[in-house]
Amino acid sequence: MELHQLTIKEAQERLRTKKFSSLELVKSCLGRIKKLDSKINAFITVCEKEALEGAKKADKIISHQSSVISHQSLLGIPIAVKDIFCTKGIKTTAGSKVLEDYIPVYDSTVVKRLKDVGAIILGKTNMDAWAHGSSGENSDFGATRNPWDFEYVPGGSSSGSAAALAADMALLATGTDTGGSIRLPASFCSLVGLKPTYGRVSRYGIIAMASSLDSIGHFTKNIIDSAIILNITAGQDSYDATTPRTPVPDYTKNLKKGIKGLKIGIPKEYFIKGLNKEMEKKVKETIKKLEKLGARLVNISLPHTEYALAVYYIIQPSEVSSNLARYDGIRFGFSRDRFADEARRRIMLGTYALSAGYYEAYYLKAMQVRSLIKKDFDEAFQKVDVLMAPVSPTLPFKLGEKVNDPLQMYLSDIFTVTANLAGIPGLSIPIGFIPSASSGQALPVGIQILGPQFSEELLFQVGYAYEEKTQWYKRKPEL
Amino acid sequence: MKKTTNNKQQTTKLTEEEVKHVAKLARLTLTPRAVKKFQKQLSEVLDYIEILKKVKTKGVGSTFQVTGLESVFREDKVAGPSLPQKEVLSGSKSIHNGMFKIKAIFE
Repeated sequence: MELHQLTIKEAQERLRTKKFSSLELVKSCLGRIKKLDSKINAFITVCEKEALEGAKKADKIISHQSSVISHQSLLGIPIAVKDIFCTKGIKTTAGSKVLEDYIPVYDSTVVKRLKDVGAIILGKTNMDAWAHGSSGENSDFGATRNPWDFEYVPGGSSSGSAAALAADMALLATGTDTGGSIRLPASFCSLVGLKPTYGRVSRYGIIAMASSLDSIGHFTKNIIDSAIILNITAGQDSYDATTPRTPVPDYTKNLKKGIKGLKIGIPKEYFIKGLNKEMEKKVKETIKKLEKLGARLVNISLPHTEYALAVYYIIQPSEVSSNLARYDGIRFGFSRDRFADEARRRIMLGTYALSAGYYEAYYLKAMQVRSLIKKDFDEAFQKVDVLMAPVSPTLPFKLGEKVNDPLQMYLSDIFTVTANLAGIPGLSIPIGFIPSASSGQALPVGIQILGPQFSEELLFQVGYAYEEKTQWYKRKPEL
Repeated sequence: MKKTTNNKQQTTKLTEEEVKHVAKLARLTLTPRAVKKFQKQLSEVLDYIEILKKVKTKGVGSTFQVTGLESVFREDKVAGPSLPQKEVLSGSKSIHNGMFKIKAIFE
């Protein structure tokens, strides 16, 4: 096995026991980027020099005082950061030409926390501009390709993060999920993608999309790694007033507890006409497998699910129009002429929905239906511990397939926006592969596990129980 | 006059004038071609959103946020050192005498 293929947990142990150095590990990932990124386009910026320097520093610390490693859990581990997280001294574009030359003078809280425990930033990953999109094709810096098949999209908006990790260019990639932007690409690229509870992870220093929905998470190769990272990123932050003081448990502690007696709800509204039949079969097989492992299955109804996407496409553009109003090209970045079509659509949609005479019909109505959607979940979680559902109605689609039809693109998020509206956590995990109808190429499929607010620990337990038996993460794309 | 009743998809929700007006409010400049394109695309999305009219919401409260947190305060003291002036201005292409130079508000 090559070094870049390791999980975080494996790399931690081997760095500690000096099986290899951080420099070797970082070089292995940089080599991977050099070999593949001209085809995949996962990175907007690669910080080779800084990463190599960071690795040398880490190696010095490891050789002199190995006790530090236990406090610096990611010491010497190379990571990729979505280009929407502000990174001090490293260009941060949000995938948009408006911010083509923007170099932040501060770190986002998540980046600071990752750096504080010794992580090494390899670079900043490509994304749909301003996180607007489900395919990565809305990037102003070119589309990213899916490492499992270059003809297909990796999913978006965290397209580069997902592709970078699936191609083993890093050991961790950060992401943001406002309507599915972590869970969808995770399922399209056979990765573990966590959208934490709203407020669990600080939004400070992350370029805002829709502030009442933005959730800050990450992609990892497996469940343990996801828990390791949440241990670092979760928790109250005085720079983000929406982060509550809810205690942060050790998310790795109870992973192996098993799921005996756990009640899993199957929401019927997620198994609708239009759901890919092969995928439906796979999702149902997965749920059956969990039943065999001791879980109890319960049929559930979330009656307002069909309205969620419409609610989302009022609330989200409204908040987008407000957040993007600050980009005036005066203090940093370029003028508003540089906004590309998708950002313009959302700014205009939001401006329209919030304008005089329409506010009540659109925004207020959407906020009321949002209450009903949240209530559906609250009631469901009285009866079951978690819910399991498909992440998306279709397999990964081809580049260009939906790019000229915004509404079709929006429909990719029909099963993911609900969790953002309710503020609950969702974990997308790989459940296997299905040959595509056109080429026969095996394409990844995922499932999402949803739980009540702050139930991440439970989601990891369920994910781990399945992963332990299947280990899909060991299968790699041929590159 | 052309009949439009046979059109399967109703795409006349927004007029071109409305698109131009909204763009102006949002300080976006659109070419005439872009106005036409956005008129169609935005109308389709607005048509889709109409589905919400089916939901009865009389007496239902609004969910503006999901944390339940209210009146979040911190201690009334300076949180930390501020950024130096040089760093604050480092991203700007429009500086005059160590300050941001903005467009005139009044002519």
